[in-house]
Amino acid sequence: MTQTARQFQRNCDTTTNDADHRSWIRIALNQAGDARSTAQARFNDWDGACGAASQIKWESLDHLAENLESFEAKLLARGASVHWAETGEDACAYILRVAAERHAKRIVKSKCMTTEEIGLNERLEAAGLKVVESDLGEFIVQLRKEPPYHFVFPAMHLRRNRISETFEREIGAAPTEDAESLTLTARQELRNVFLSADIGISGANFGVADTGMISITENEGNARLTTSIPRIHIAVMGIEKVIPRLADLALLLPVLATSATGQTLTCYNTMIGGPRQPGEVDGPDEFHVILLDNGRTRLLADPGLRDALRCIRCGACLNICPVYRNIGGHAYDTTYQGPIGAVITPHLQDLTNWKHLAFASSLCGACTETCPVGIRLHDHLHHTRSMVAERKTSGLEAMMARMYAFAALRPGLFQWCGRQMRRTLRMTTRFRGGRLDPFRAWRHTRDLPAAPAKSFHDLWKERKA
Amino acid sequence: MKVSIFIPCFIDQLYPSIGLHTVTLLERVGLDVEFRAEQTCCGQPPFNAGRCREARAIAEHFVRVFQDADLVITPSGSCAAMIKRHYVDLLADSECLQDAVQLGERVWELSQFLVDHLGVVDVGARLSGRATIHDGCHGLRELGIRSAPRRLLEHVRDLRLVEARESETCCGFGGLFAVKFPSIATAMADVKCGAIAEAGVDYVISCDASCLMHIQGLLDRRGDGTKCLHLAEALVSA
Repeated sequence: MTQTARQFQRNCDTTTNDADHRSWIRIALNQAGDARSTAQARFNDWDGACGAASQIKWESLDHLAENLESFEAKLLARGASVHWAETGEDACAYILRVAAERHAKRIVKSKCMTTEEIGLNERLEAAGLKVVESDLGEFIVQLRKEPPYHFVFPAMHLRRNRISETFEREIGAAPTEDAESLTLTARQELRNVFLSADIGISGANFGVADTGMISITENEGNARLTTSIPRIHIAVMGIEKVIPRLADLALLLPVLATSATGQTLTCYNTMIGGPRQPGEVDGPDEFHVILLDNGRTRLLADPGLRDALRCIRCGACLNICPVYRNIGGHAYDTTYQGPIGAVITPHLQDLTNWKHLAFASSLCGACTETCPVGIRLHDHLHHTRSMVAERKTSGLEAMMARMYAFAALRPGLFQWCGRQMRRTLRMTTRFRGGRLDPFRAWRHTRDLPAAPAKSFHDLWKERKA
Repeated sequence: MKVSIFIPCFIDQLYPSIGLHTVTLLERVGLDVEFRAEQTCCGQPPFNAGRCREARAIAEHFVRVFQDADLVITPSGSCAAMIKRHYVDLLADSECLQDAVQLGERVWELSQFLVDHLGVVDVGARLSGRATIHDGCHGLRELGIRSAPRRLLEHVRDLRLVEARESETCCGFGGLFAVKFPSIATAMADVKCGAIAEAGVDYVISCDASCLMHIQGLLDRRGDGTKCLHLAEALVSA
């Protein structure tokens, strides 16, 4: 077992034992689920909308190269800079170079998981830059020096009293459990950050190929301030985010808002196609778009995995996932949590260290059922398991599978093994999950049925005799 | 009408009475039941572990055993889903692909067979108490088993069927998952047992004995008195 896998097991042991935490997550996610159902019901044909959204994302991938070229050409024509980053390191280095050349000191960010993925904040801070997250949830977890708990709701694990404690400790705010007061505290704190920042860094929910624009969807207006007040705006996005047409947003934005937060549309939807143009009053002097690969072309090249690049990061699979709901977002130690994280992390990072995520699932399929763009999430987890099995043809698990198959092809032997298993079960019942129990992994927390003396095969023989 | 039954490996070994109840039930609705002793497993355990080569060999064995059977009935939504939904890909390069696809169409999960194929909803059962249904994930999401068990149980005399919260939430079994990640699996079962306790039922009934083994395992550990019943057991009670 790798270090990451062991850490994951320890994390799971901790959260699953914390009934209070699990109950809070369940309540919060049930509310998200109810909101989504209500928003979904406003569609005349939700399944039809999802089918169409799914097709657009397929089309995006099938013509990814052309879409990216068009996207880049349109942006360049409007005076934007486009940087292709093969790795996270490339992207970070580019941003550091821009910051150094412009003598930037202060950076404000709006919510962007892609920058979490490449560890940008740590790199910027190491270079002596001051970085502040402006999304409320991200602002809170940044103050707590924690990673986001959920890639849509970064601070959903914190009750108001914990947020108040954080604000009191980190920025000297007066304690309060009033949501509006807490928001105002953050707002006051952030106003100056926006006004004094040299660079604003954002993500992009979509890139639009035919017009050369990025689309940002948000509820707090912080992304608008991040992208328009500082004199430099840098957007970091995965290459898979580019869609063919502006018109596609008419469907994708409502589908995303509905699935992510249960809204018909989010409060602010912004399209940005370049820096401030001649004659315009608002907008930055410079606009840089970083198109990040960081393993995505590896997924694109694998027909069994490509599908996962259609993800619009709505987080619905996390909200429904019984594993996520019980272990929580921090247990994963990944940028993308839940089913989609378990699907892509082993391939974006590396299979050896992250394969355990593919096995940490009952393959119940709730994620696949809820995905608005029809990603077969649990089939991907299974596909990853097969990849692991193909590479690991020795060891205990491989041997057990071979022995099981050997017996299952020989009915007499299979019955004999069954008999031995039942006998062992009977003899060890008194150990009941103790250290000597061969069934400890199960019986430590749960009972097993009493082993019957006869199998159905035996009973059928008697019945016929 | 003659039908063949497939008794999943864990029912064969741990819950043989569920197999007998299935036979009794099928005979009660007028069917002639045969059991092929060469049957072993559908291949799901190695398949779920990603061990497709081993799963393929077992699936081929299954197809050989049942290929000349007119109808195969199994008291498991999960195994039926394995055969009906996953054999196509698993056996894509196998010589027995055609047989597997055709066999898949003749394989039925028990409740869907009774309701959708035979049109039987009342099997004359009587069971007193309150019950709720646990929808096994594979049966529910891969075969759409939702209304069949409910319609059958609604016709059981003296039985009050109630819907519990989380009826469609996974119980945490998931085969090897339950032993590889015991803390997650147990937490999932805990959510399930909480919802069951809240519903205040005497019985939890399901089309899948594997889920029930997991749920009962925690109910017993918690000391809750609720009893898990496989659908076949509930439907033969009188």
